[in-house]
Amino acid sequence: MILLFYIAAAVAIISTVSVVLQSNIVHALIYLILSLLSVAVVFYVLGATFAAVLEAIIYAGAIMVLFLFVIMMLNMGQHSRDQERSWLSVKGWIGPFILAGVLLAQLLNVIVEFDYQIVPSEVGVLEVSALLFGPYVLAVELASILLLAGLVTAYHLAKK
Amino acid sequence: MQSIPMEHGLILAGILFSLGLVGVLTRRNIVFVLMSLEIMLNASGLAFIVAASRWGHAEGQIMFLMILTLAAAEVAVGLGLIIQMYRRFHTVDINVLSQMKG
Repeated sequence: MILLFYIAAAVAIISTVSVVLQSNIVHALIYLILSLLSVAVVFYVLGATFAAVLEAIIYAGAIMVLFLFVIMMLNMGQHSRDQERSWLSVKGWIGPFILAGVLLAQLLNVIVEFDYQIVPSEVGVLEVSALLFGPYVLAVELASILLLAGLVTAYHLAKK
Repeated sequence: MQSIPMEHGLILAGILFSLGLVGVLTRRNIVFVLMSLEIMLNASGLAFIVAASRWGHAEGQIMFLMILTLAAAEVAVGLGLIIQMYRRFHTVDINVLSQMKG
């Protein structure tokens, strides 16, 4: 089980690096789906089974299909791949890499001081939904209003 | 039962977040920027799940659910904006948007 965590973490990091460095947008999307699925495996190992299922169905399923539809509509062919390759210059990467590296170093500096052990125990649908429709019912309602607002806005924006 | 150090999970979330940040800062294609934003949102959700699983709580999954809703709404609006941008400027280069007319 513990080995599964590290394998999934390695796959997630490698595929995310591939997303950032990729010049073919469809390949980048497939790598992103792989990254999300391996994060779902991490959730499963940590005992968050409901979150793992949602990650696979909604993130890797629904949201990525939205991306795929838009890429198909934009019709990005060979010329966009060449353009993408010309935009990926080494000079433009140095600054962002240093900034993100500094941020990551600070994060790691804080994180390594923790000394907690996770003993994975399953927190299933029952506990989550008892809380969702108990104390957090207002948050669920607000989330549904947010989704409705997103739906109306997307319809209005994409209209001719 | 074997145990996993909590900092390893948080380090994974930090690495994924930084990679997403690199993507947002370096890419010029707006679809790639939106994908990198998804990576960052997903990494923050991972941090919530890791922290909640340390204490065996279900609140982390509820927070993840909220992040998922936010990501779905954000992607819907963002992709609508991208389609509109492609119709008007016939490009997905975000530098084009910095030139204002008026």
